[in-house]
Amino acid sequence: MLRVDIEKQLGEFSLSASFTSEGRVIGLFGASGAGKSSLVNMIAGLLRPDRGTIVIDGETVDDTAAGIHVPTYRRRIGYVFQDARLFPHLNVAQNLDYGRRMSGLASDPAQHTRVIDLLDIGALLDRRPGKLSGGERQRVALGRALLSKPRLLLLDEPLGALDEGRKLEILPYLVRLRDEANIPMVYVSHDVAELRQLATQIVMLKQGRVTSFGGVKVLT
Amino acid sequence: MSEISPAEWTAILLSLRVAIVATLVATPFGIALAWLLARRDFWGKSVLDALVHLPLVLPPVVTGYLLLLTFGRRGLVGGFLADTLGIVFAFRWTGAALACGLMSFPLLVRPIRLSIEAIDSRLEQAAETLGAAPWKVFFTVTLPLALPGVLAGMVLGFAKAIGEFGATITFVSNIPGETQTISSAIYSLIQTPDGDAAAGRLVIVSIVLALGALIAAEWFARRATQRLHGN
Repeated sequence: MLRVDIEKQLGEFSLSASFTSEGRVIGLFGASGAGKSSLVNMIAGLLRPDRGTIVIDGETVDDTAAGIHVPTYRRRIGYVFQDARLFPHLNVAQNLDYGRRMSGLASDPAQHTRVIDLLDIGALLDRRPGKLSGGERQRVALGRALLSKPRLLLLDEPLGALDEGRKLEILPYLVRLRDEANIPMVYVSHDVAELRQLATQIVMLKQGRVTSFGGVKVLT
Repeated sequence: MSEISPAEWTAILLSLRVAIVATLVATPFGIALAWLLARRDFWGKSVLDALVHLPLVLPPVVTGYLLLLTFGRRGLVGGFLADTLGIVFAFRWTGAALACGLMSFPLLVRPIRLSIEAIDSRLEQAAETLGAAPWKVFFTVTLPLALPGVLAGMVLGFAKAIGEFGATITFVSNIPGETQTISSAIYSLIQTPDGDAAAGRLVIVSIVLALGALIAAEWFARRATQRLHGN
């Protein structure tokens, strides 16, 4: 479950959003500049709301009235950025293992194998990020986020930097992820078709305000 | 020119010891300062930045004199250190290392700072979302990516330290075997009637060391670029 009720002033732009969702994949839809990324960064704890609360899976991670702000590294979220952001000095296997090592989780070979199979990245393990294609990079970034065992997965336009062909290459993996990984997701996109395929619920943002909220049918 | 004499070897080895100790001790401080200057905004940052660069623009004799006032036996810090920890800087090789470390500090900090600034801070954000506490982010992402810059800074700092003259001779004088480095040995030799040949040998050693350091720094810088591009 994800509950968001926040306000944030960013220069001239004001963001004010409130929604509660039990959905498996919450699609955050809006034009660029609508405040989608700021909202996701607040859920991740990278940005601090001026006022309000954020509750992830029953834990209050932000409550400005009570002075609560759980730092990003303790939120147990996974975040897939538009630009993958793989660590260039580590190979794919080390990138995948990073989250587990940092949070001191025991190694879980079964999950490791499952994620690598799910994303078809077994052949890439020895490579450096610089030697991967855009689509491969994004799949590794997905795997890296999943293997940190997050309770919520944030995907900020994960296909945004890819061309049409690459998008079609990654989309099936995301569908499988939704159906098999059993982790709630927030999926940010300005692409209606993408959200129709993936989202179970839609939060529509326009100029920093939630204009509609509901099933995929709000994407008319 | 004939072979290097034992006295010259003493000066060369002392220079190396002074420069190595100065560089190794200064590096952790250099990394910390470079990180502060590259990644943090705080009150008085420009003052700190100016202070770090001060030894570069201040006459070395002034730096040496200030060191003597501060770290001399009767200096505020020097007296305290001598009484409590038994560490003496005045007229010792340790003092030469202190002077060299301070004089080379700006050259040490600069490449480290530049290489930290060149790291995409979004990588550090990504590390945090994966559960890495800030200090872990520093040691697993920031520092490894900045490593070539750190090495380049160390090489440059070392080269500067090995050639330092003004502050060292002012602070710890020119005592053969204790504080007489290559530079102060050359200075003494060219004032002696038949010291030209020996001075010439030490000059060549200096040139070789300096050139070697510059080439090494260049190589590390190239490595840094490659590392950041993930090849």
